[in-house]
Amino acid sequence: MSPLAKLLEAALFAASRPLTLEELASLEPESGEAAFRAALDELRAAYGDDHGVQLAEIAEGWQFLTRREYAETIDRAQFALRPRRLSPAALETLAIIAYRQPVGRVEVDEIRGVDSGAVIDKLLERGLVEIVTRGEGLGRPLLYGTTPQFLEILGLKDLEELPRLEELSVALRPPTPAEEPE
Amino acid sequence: MSAFSPSPVIRDQSGFVIELEQFSGPLDLLLHLIHEEEVDITDLPISKIADQFLAVIGDLGLNQAADYLEMAARLLRIKAQMLLPRRLGDDEWEDPRAELVRRLLEYQQIRELVDWLARAAAVRAERFGRGYEAPPPDAPPAPLQIDLNDLLAAAERVIALIPEPMLHRVVPRPLDVEGATAKIHALLAERDSFAWSDVVGPGATIVDVLSAFIALLELAKRGTLTLTQPEPFAPMVIRRESPREAA
Repeated sequence: MSPLAKLLEAALFAASRPLTLEELASLEPESGEAAFRAALDELRAAYGDDHGVQLAEIAEGWQFLTRREYAETIDRAQFALRPRRLSPAALETLAIIAYRQPVGRVEVDEIRGVDSGAVIDKLLERGLVEIVTRGEGLGRPLLYGTTPQFLEILGLKDLEELPRLEELSVALRPPTPAEEPE
Repeated sequence: MSAFSPSPVIRDQSGFVIELEQFSGPLDLLLHLIHEEEVDITDLPISKIADQFLAVIGDLGLNQAADYLEMAARLLRIKAQMLLPRRLGDDEWEDPRAELVRRLLEYQQIRELVDWLARAAAVRAERFGRGYEAPPPDAPPAPLQIDLNDLLAAAERVIALIPEPMLHRVVPRPLDVEGATAKIHALLAERDSFAWSDVVGPGATIVDVLSAFIALLELAKRGTLTLTQPEPFAPMVIRRESPREAA
């Protein structure tokens, strides 16, 4: 591996969160972002199939993540715990905010057909959504948007990775079965 | 109702209970019913669906939930509007179901996204990042660079700050109240009245003063003598009480 790829490997190993290209490039500003991009490709290739961890592009940055096939074993040994699953109400609210952002509570309530204030508060608390601005109109309502943390828990590189609305099937599908007890 | 194919949701004789939590809201419940009945969402058999919806929320005891009640009212209104006669070929006619269908389709889209998001989150949850690391504590101070003289000078400064110890020896000095009482009795025998200075001599110690004072108070309490002070800060006058009785 090139010295720059090794430097990236060290930095990404040390970090416990995704690091953006900008952050990584600050390690050695004189090298320039293009060199870092190449080094990231090199590093990702080096961590191909021969390693237990992979270099993942996630939340507009890069992070070393364990390979999926070891999830059960690591979880069972309780070396690391899987995050709590989100409730259907939380996912509905997240979906609406993700696609309509910036969006106010009233619109979320309208689409869901139920009051969503408590759900939004919980999402704010978990750092998955944030207040991005205030809307025009009566009372200048708070408008919400998703955070990098939202991308991180979904393993998304950016919002572009969300499915396009026109890609969704229009045919009536069965509603999701209720969550199995955990 | 009996004309409809029974669905597990509304079969009320089975004791099959559906929790409110199972549905995210009235739209979710509606979609569930539409799926159960396998009807076309864009050509909603509103009468059938409205009846089912009412039956379910009655059975489920959901009728406290305002969101469900509001939807029930909306369904009934649409049902009524559908029953109004209309002329054939009336282009002005607007399907009263249109708004509800639009909302259902929109909500269905959201449910589809929810499935997608849930799958994405489940996949992500199978990959662990490095564990959470608390932010590191502040860096320790740089190692101390000091020579012997500096060290000795510093030690001296510290030692100079230590105050001289104040030592007290505590010794028992019992009060001699009895002795003082005897002395006062002797004075009372001589004179009707006398002064504080007669009781305690010029060389009196704190113990003598305290003993005499307690003896005086005790005798005054017993009625042997009276203590008076003509004016503030004036010398105390000690006077024998009822000399005849005492005699």
